[in-house]
Amino acid sequence: MFFSMLSEAWHAMGANRLRTFLTMLGMVIGVGAVVLMMAIGEGAQQSIKRSIDSMGSNLFVILSGSSSTSGSRSASGNSSALNMNDATAIGDLDDIGAFAPISVGNAQIIYAGNNSNTPIVGTTPSYFSIRRWDVESGELFSDADVRSANRVALVGKTVVENLFGDDIDPIGKTIRIKKSPFLIVGVLEGKGQSFDGRDQDDTIIVPITTAQRKLFGNQIPGSVRMIMAQAKSEKYMGVAEDGINDLIRQRHNIRENTESDFSVRNLTAMAKTASDTAKTMSMLLGAIASISLLVGGIGIMNIMLVSVTERTREIGIRMAIGAREKDILLQFLLEACVISIVGCVIGVGLGLGGALLVKKMVGAEILISMQSIVLAFSVAASIGVFFGYYPASKAAKLRPIEALRYQ
Amino acid sequence: MTNNVIEITGLYKDYDTPAGVFPVLKDVNLTIEAGDYVAIMGPSGSGKSTFMNILGCLDRPTKGEYKLNNQSVKSLNNNQLAALRNRTIGFVFQGFNLLARSSLVDNVALPLVYAKDQKELRTKIAKNILERMGLGQYFESRPNQISGGQQQRVAIARALVNQPRIILADEPTGNLDSKTSDEIMKIFDELNQIGNTIIIVTHENAIADHARRQIRFLDGKIVEDHRNKKELEKA
Ligand SMILES: Nc1ncnc2c1ncn2[C@@H]1O[C@H](COP(=O)(O)OP(=O)(O)OP(=O)(O)O)[C@@H](O)[C@H]1O
Ligand SMILES: [Mg+2]
Repeated sequence: MFFSMLSEAWHAMGANRLRTFLTMLGMVIGVGAVVLMMAIGEGAQQSIKRSIDSMGSNLFVILSGSSSTSGSRSASGNSSALNMNDATAIGDLDDIGAFAPISVGNAQIIYAGNNSNTPIVGTTPSYFSIRRWDVESGELFSDADVRSANRVALVGKTVVENLFGDDIDPIGKTIRIKKSPFLIVGVLEGKGQSFDGRDQDDTIIVPITTAQRKLFGNQIPGSVRMIMAQAKSEKYMGVAEDGINDLIRQRHNIRENTESDFSVRNLTAMAKTASDTAKTMSMLLGAIASISLLVGGIGIMNIMLVSVTERTREIGIRMAIGAREKDILLQFLLEACVISIVGCVIGVGLGLGGALLVKKMVGAEILISMQSIVLAFSVAASIGVFFGYYPASKAAKLRPIEALRYQ
Repeated sequence: MTNNVIEITGLYKDYDTPAGVFPVLKDVNLTIEAGDYVAIMGPSGSGKSTFMNILGCLDRPTKGEYKLNNQSVKSLNNNQLAALRNRTIGFVFQGFNLLARSSLVDNVALPLVYAKDQKELRTKIAKNILERMGLGQYFESRPNQISGGQQQRVAIARALVNQPRIILADEPTGNLDSKTSDEIMKIFDELNQIGNTIIIVTHENAIADHARRQIRFLDGKIVEDHRNKKELEKA
């Protein structure tokens, strides 16, 4: 019974192909937009979540230079406000679990005729535990390497690709950074993009002492570009931030009501902001797409109402030979559902195709979850039922004789 | 229990029109026995179709009692009325009322759909009955591809497909020429011979002569009700 009604619905739709197609198109566009927007939104959220996870938790970064003028100050070379002793002092704070001083700079690196310009990070081994970063092969450098400023280096995956290709194992090889030779002791695990869009694997990490003395020799001895500090737990974040501010202001002899020559950034809070923004954006995208779905639904309702009016006589005939209200209701409801579900199937296909296209053209990360497809389907079916119900019940409530007399 | 399939007492039907209430049937009383063959006649506008529609449970009377197979129709809900239209009564219209988009087989099988028969069975029954109506080669045709007489035969086939015992026909030959009318009437005669109750509205005496009983409506009332002369002679 149900199946034959289904095939009848199919035939009824075939009777006016162009109209059915146009009605369906509304659903196709609506569902396609929802699927595409959800794929993009969820992809963005996912990539942000991944980079936040790759960052490490409960983190502060203390940068030299005031928060308002950090850019120009660091550019003027007057930025060496932070030093190794500041870092150790921060590490001694009660609420701070770990710290790592960091010097950064770009340098020309060369291996066997290949060269590239790569960000260099000089730091201590605690950096790896703070950032939950380990080697994929080889090993990390040690505190002893830092003490004796050894020329050892850890390389990120992108560097390996650029410099060595697939065939050569970089461990034990010597590369030249700013012309001085460094021994590669390990290859770092892939981290992917940071949430501000940098490739975190395009980096070389060396002991901070080595960096200060042999790579960035023009800096004031002992100075560091930034300090990374990790609070003992999330609930100490606020106290720890105040503690760091007070400590460094005191150490730098900054009087009250004057600007600090450094800034403390709560990376965890920034990350949360970024992920909230992504979430809001993806919800916004979804909401806009849903409006087109709604418009599609209204299109179905409109056409079904026209169809009921056009087919009033047919309804009368069916009733005259024994169709119950329920049969007529089901017939028109089924037609609305077939339109919306077929439209949905095409829409899902189009949305997925669009998402893949976006991935290919723009390179944006997309995430196609089963959930979003199931959601689109159930929404489409509900739209079929919801917007089909009124016209269908209007058909079912017709009195047989009046429907038969309708011209 | 009586042998009466239809018992009508004090039946009124008014139409609500913009110009006010318009009475069409005024105190109609009628009893029809099972297996009878009745012709309803009367001038245009006298209320014949209105009456037939009430008999066929397509419309409800304004007032009065209609018992179908000893059951008061007033007490039935819409689903029960639909079931009566589906199985108990076969209705044949002057304008055929076939579904233009469906094949003849599908048209004839439609009442079986609402009777919840299986698809194979439906098709089998529909084809069988179409064959008996001499439409064996038109199974997949559309109604507009066959003649009026053939369309009416399809409509009759559809009315018969659930084997109702009462067949109501409102001017079934009204759109047909006399030769085709004869062919259609032959079908009704046969149906009556195997025991079905037939009620047929017509303007033509030749058609009415097929029936055993003739009723005449005038201005919403039955003014004449008699047995056919031939019938009486036979008796
Ligand atoms: N739906 C309606 N609304 C208002 N008046 C109606 C309606 N249907 C029929 N009538 C009126 O009721 C009267 C009886 O109509 P009905 O169709 O029963 O006549 P009839 O005897 O079948 O006529 P004919 O022989 O022409 O078919 C007519 O005057 C007609 O105008
Ligand atoms: Mg009439």
